[in-house]
Amino acid sequence: MGRKRSLGDISYSLVIGGIAILALLIIVTPVVVALMTSFTEGRSLKFPPTGFSFRWYEQLFDASQSRQIHKAAGNSLLVACYSTLFGVVLATLASLGLARNRHRMARVADSFFMSPLVLPGITFGLAALVYFSTLGFRPSLDLMIAGHLMVTMPFILRTTTASLSQLDPALLDSSQSLGASWLYTLRRVTLPLIAPGIAAGAFLAFMASIDNVPVSLFLSNARTDTLPIRMWGMMESTLDVRVAAVSGVLITSAFVLMLVMEWTVGLTRRMRD
Amino acid sequence: MGSRSLGMTPPSLRDTSPADGGGKRFALAEWQLALPLALAFAALFLAPLLLLVGVSFFNDDKITQPGFGSWVKFFGDPFNYKVIGDTLLLGVKTVCATIVVGYPLALVYLDLGARLQKVLLFIIIMPLLLSVVVRTFAWIVVLGREGMVNQVLIGLGLISEPLRLLQTELGLVISLTQIEMPLMLLPLISVMSRLDPNLRDASAALGASRWRTLFTVIVPLSMPGLVAGCLLVFASSTTAFISQTVIGGVRLIYLPLLIWQQSLVVYNWPLAAVASLSLVVSVLSVIAALSYLGRRSSGHLHG
Repeated sequence: MGRKRSLGDISYSLVIGGIAILALLIIVTPVVVALMTSFTEGRSLKFPPTGFSFRWYEQLFDASQSRQIHKAAGNSLLVACYSTLFGVVLATLASLGLARNRHRMARVADSFFMSPLVLPGITFGLAALVYFSTLGFRPSLDLMIAGHLMVTMPFILRTTTASLSQLDPALLDSSQSLGASWLYTLRRVTLPLIAPGIAAGAFLAFMASIDNVPVSLFLSNARTDTLPIRMWGMMESTLDVRVAAVSGVLITSAFVLMLVMEWTVGLTRRMRD
Repeated sequence: MGSRSLGMTPPSLRDTSPADGGGKRFALAEWQLALPLALAFAALFLAPLLLLVGVSFFNDDKITQPGFGSWVKFFGDPFNYKVIGDTLLLGVKTVCATIVVGYPLALVYLDLGARLQKVLLFIIIMPLLLSVVVRTFAWIVVLGREGMVNQVLIGLGLISEPLRLLQTELGLVISLTQIEMPLMLLPLISVMSRLDPNLRDASAALGASRWRTLFTVIVPLSMPGLVAGCLLVFASSTTAFISQTVIGGVRLIYLPLLIWQQSLVVYNWPLAAVASLSLVVSVLSVIAALSYLGRRSSGHLHG
């Protein structure tokens, strides 16, 4: 470090540091600008926003003016809760069964279950529409829960399997050699230790379901549409400024949720490793 | 492990020894815990996809005449080749942009203290938890005629007329760069923070400039993270329906929009099935090629 700094080293700091600042700006600016715009007084999305008011939030929270948006938000929450709940049960069971299994089939099954993450969502959305229509089902929230379950369950499977593989087998061995049954060991040793992993996965799955577009796009109709689909419609047609208010609400809740998850299960650490 | 397997019976025999019979039954029961998920997966994921493949082999939109008609029709139209090409190219452009902009940020992350690292990681992950629709909307506000970019450029006197950024591929690539950036940064940072910091010091002590250390030490060693990031960004940007339609508009046609039009506007399911299977095959083959290259390059390093 004490060495003389060559021209190359200075150019390195300038270029790398400069682009890194640009990258940070690109990441943060749109979010801040969208948040600012939501407080505009005007009827357009001009920048800088004209005046400061809560009028778009008032309109958004008004039950009579924004009934459809409220309904869509309710649908989103309902679908996300149920698909995460089923996902937690199915994926936790599956990773308990497969995570420490050395058989080749266990690894094949595991990568099979993870495949919804790789397959383009729109292809699965179309496939689900064709499948359910052929079976004679009409669009409903139940179908959407089933569809979301398939594309969000891999998140839970991944974090739970990771927690299980970090679990010291000696703990399970000692529990069993002390006479504990398999179920007792599961309840008192395994589950408490992998609970943060399950929680982190459930959180990611929940957020993925709330955010999901491709599956909802094909499985919803006007009555059962979710918030992202409704927002897409609002952006495609007249560009209603209420979209900015919805965005404001979503940005704030994502921020709060993330802080909570950071304190409780260390989300950022889990996502990096 | 070592001390226990020094026992009398080799591992292969232990499974069949009567004393361990219970253990074997136990292992079987444990494996069966995956059955509920397997059943749900077969009924709700595999079956729909197989049916989709089946539907693609029908000639008409009423799904009555089996045949290769839809495949012939789709691949007989030069327009569709252009759409496939544009879609893949959009993915490549987004991948390049996220590397150029994201890689330096990952380098800076390495040099930060633990506290700042945590803050930066938080900033990087935060957009990932934000709905894609919200991120897309944010870019409409930034790139629009009266948006931030145009106002700033006009304010600086660099342009007199607002630039047209929405409904252009440039605007779409800029937006996708932000929208997909976390997918590039997370695997990169994960691999880079496991690198031995002594390597960089050693390279510097041997007289290499920081540029040379970057390209001969850090970049090759971070290859697995870089490849993983490229895969995620490519897969996500080529199928980003909302961003493509809202920012790209209707004149920039990519495969997801084509699939949507054919299935929910024209109701030609066989043709939509062909288009969506083409999307799967073209995206997955690029991904397979990339991960093969990635394995080869990291194989060279360790081998």
